[in-house]
Amino acid sequence: MTYAMSVQNLFVSYHGNEALRNINFNIEKGNLVGIIGPNGAGKSTLLKSLLELIPKDQGTVVVFGKSINEMRKKIAYVPQRSDMDWTFPISVIDTVLLGTYPSLGVFRRPKKKHREWSYHCLEKVGMEKFSQRQIGELSGGQQQRVFLARALAQKADLFCLDEPFVGIDITSEETIVRILKELRDEGKSVFVVHHDLSKANTYFDELILLNKELIDVGPVSEVFRPEIMMKAYESQLTFMKQNEVTV
Amino acid sequence: MEFIHALLEYTFLQKALLTSVMVGIICGVIGCFIILRGMALMGDAISHAVLPGVAISYMLGINFFFGAVLTGVLTAVGIGYVSQNSRIKNDAAIGIIFTAFFAIGIILISLVKSSTDLYHILFGNVLAVRTSDMWITLVIGIIILAAVYFFYKELLVSSFDPTMSAAYGLPNRLIHYFLMTLLTMVTVASLQTVGVILVVAMLITPAATAYLLTNRLSVMIFMSAAFGAISAIFGLFLSLIYNVASGAAIVLVSAFLFTLAFLFSPKQGVLFRTIRARKVKSALRDKSYS
Repeated sequence: MTYAMSVQNLFVSYHGNEALRNINFNIEKGNLVGIIGPNGAGKSTLLKSLLELIPKDQGTVVVFGKSINEMRKKIAYVPQRSDMDWTFPISVIDTVLLGTYPSLGVFRRPKKKHREWSYHCLEKVGMEKFSQRQIGELSGGQQQRVFLARALAQKADLFCLDEPFVGIDITSEETIVRILKELRDEGKSVFVVHHDLSKANTYFDELILLNKELIDVGPVSEVFRPEIMMKAYESQLTFMKQNEVTV
Repeated sequence: MEFIHALLEYTFLQKALLTSVMVGIICGVIGCFIILRGMALMGDAISHAVLPGVAISYMLGINFFFGAVLTGVLTAVGIGYVSQNSRIKNDAAIGIIFTAFFAIGIILISLVKSSTDLYHILFGNVLAVRTSDMWITLVIGIIILAAVYFFYKELLVSSFDPTMSAAYGLPNRLIHYFLMTLLTMVTVASLQTVGVILVVAMLITPAATAYLLTNRLSVMIFMSAAFGAISAIFGLFLSLIYNVASGAAIVLVSAFLFTLAFLFSPKQGVLFRTIRARKVKSALRDKSYS
């Protein structure tokens, strides 16, 4: 059995401060996976270290039975919206076209068929009318849909999205969730860093519950239970209790 | 007319014009990536840091190009090392390292050469361009333009979304140092036209002007190159007519172009922004009264 993602003994630290401690999990292919946990739990850090975008102290990550470097072109990454420079002189369609770069290699340039494919991906997210706009002229939800279109254009097997639902409108959120589920149904593997617990049980198949260490991993029905969720959010809850006492 | 007449008559003027137009173009092209990556300060740093390299090259009797590229790249590496391995932020690291290199350069040059040479390196002396200098500039120009043409995709994606480019396997750090090398080469090519002090203006001003006028990187690069070339031609013209320093005249023309774009750019200019803001406000007022 080759897993979509197999992680063993993963340790990550920032300047000597422990960010992730001994993470182990296996996720099968064709799952929509939510990475959840309280603020500062290391959710984005986990996603970035899985893709070796930040160095890890120890541990192995295997993607579809191979090392990450062998699989890179088949991995689409959608960054947090706050990490982007929205004044960059690039149009919506050219942003989506970036998704075709990994398959092109260094010297080849995107051709007409790549442009058509990018436009098609824009249609999938319902953003084709905005293809000539500069990306900063869009709303947050529209921007997120464009970046999802870029990920689609990459024809990846593994999709990684960092907090895609932060600060976006409900239509965009529904569109994105629908497309992620379609991808899952096509057998793709999707990992989403997510902070809003209220919808976690309807969006995802599998959950990775995190608070610096792995609290639990498994199907939503098993992980999304009060007694397990409490373990991750314990520190925040005790804080609330203390506050009540003093008030 | 007199300018054109003089141009046809004197080969030193032809060389000066050709060199400064080439410098205007390549500064404009590289400048686009410099400002989009938020590295304007880095451009300033590298341009100053080539000074010790030029001095060492004089001492060793080799072409100043090699020494300049060496100290330019060393500076880029040093700045990266200090800001990554301490709590010193990038801008402070830049300030520490380039001034140190610049100071070494001043001392070395004052040891080996007269102060007039130092003056020419700092402020340029485009009318003294020799044939060999012109060829070096042309060769550097061709290398720069070819590099940007062939690696356009990679420069674009790593400037816009470095996380994505890293995720699909582009060597971001290598691209950064590659760009720093190109930047150093541009600086060296600009030494005689505008000098190390003002080269940063040629890197930033035409690119920033283009940035205000377009929403497409490819168009921005062409516009920026054109603004650089126009500044070079008119600057040279003005410096001859009024007998002022050529580098300063070129920089002032580019600053003038920037001012025009800053005020009158259809989308980003101050004028049209104010008009649009007024329209919105008055529309609101009309609605609330009706």
